[in-house]
Amino acid sequence: MEFNENFILGCSAIGAGLAVIAGIGPGIGQGIAAGHAAAAVGRNPGAKGDVTSTMLLGQAVAETTGLYGLFIALMLLFVKPLV
Amino acid sequence: MGHGILLSAAEAEASAGSDIDFMIHGVFSYEIFGQTVWITTTHVCLLIVMLIIIGFCLAANRAVKKAGTVPTGFLNVVELIVEMLDGMIKSAMGSNATKFANYIGTLFLFIFISNISGLIGLRPPTADYGVTLALALITFCMIHFNKFKYQHVSGVIKGLCDPWVFWAPINIIGDIAVPVSLSLRLFANILSGTAIMALVYGLLGWIATAWPAALHIYFDLFSGAIQTYVFCMLTMTYVNDAIGSES
Repeated sequence: MEFNENFILGCSAIGAGLAVIAGIGPGIGQGIAAGHAAAAVGRNPGAKGDVTSTMLLGQAVAETTGLYGLFIALMLLFVKPLV
Repeated sequence: MGHGILLSAAEAEASAGSDIDFMIHGVFSYEIFGQTVWITTTHVCLLIVMLIIIGFCLAANRAVKKAGTVPTGFLNVVELIVEMLDGMIKSAMGSNATKFANYIGTLFLFIFISNISGLIGLRPPTADYGVTLALALITFCMIHFNKFKYQHVSGVIKGLCDPWVFWAPINIIGDIAVPVSLSLRLFANILSGTAIMALVYGLLGWIATAWPAALHIYFDLFSGAIQTYVFCMLTMTYVNDAIGSES
């Protein structure tokens, strides 16, 4: 069966939209990290600097999976590997 | 097509079409062993970043040689940077810090200047997978060199068959995943920032005046600094793990 280019482009756009759903996971994860960091600062305000840097490091690592999804979406939209 | 985002030379121009443009472009190509090799914008931006770092280093060297008893002006900035890097490496590596301070410091400065080079209108070199993969492969080699050096062959084999002999394939996949995730993390972060900035400037036209500066601060400065820190921190953690508690 032969598909024309427009059909593949449309399907790529749908795929890009689906790939960006990966952003849900890091959103939840970063929210949990920030919430716990806020609780830790509330308990021990003296350790604010350490808590903040640890939180940012953990969030940056947790962000990775979402960025994989974004990367796939960008590839599908701009590089068009399937056409 | 098919070269994709990694090597998309002249083809990207045809595929991007409109004003939205954050791809790598070929500057000129040459033939070597029957293969066409492109000198791309990444190489040019990399060269500019290197020139910035070399210029900074020459200025710092001159300032250090002329230093009196009390540091002044530019020397204060240099000392601040060196002390910050030393503190970071010391807190992550402990007693191994002196051996790796040179490499980690170089890595930190290079990645940081690369990431924030979007501010001066360059396409960040770290938004090219070739650059980040090379950096991650250096880390990978360092990890395994130090593993063989400090834990010897028996220790490496013991670590590979950690809970049980049949877990070795899973451990090998885990080892290979380290450079892949390390490089993709840096690459995807910087690429997403570059892409979003290109979309803002390309789609909004005249509306995008002045206020994208805030986006630049987030995507270039903040995200770039955080990712630099994460890359160096993970490199140090992995290498420290490889050295083990023996030394």
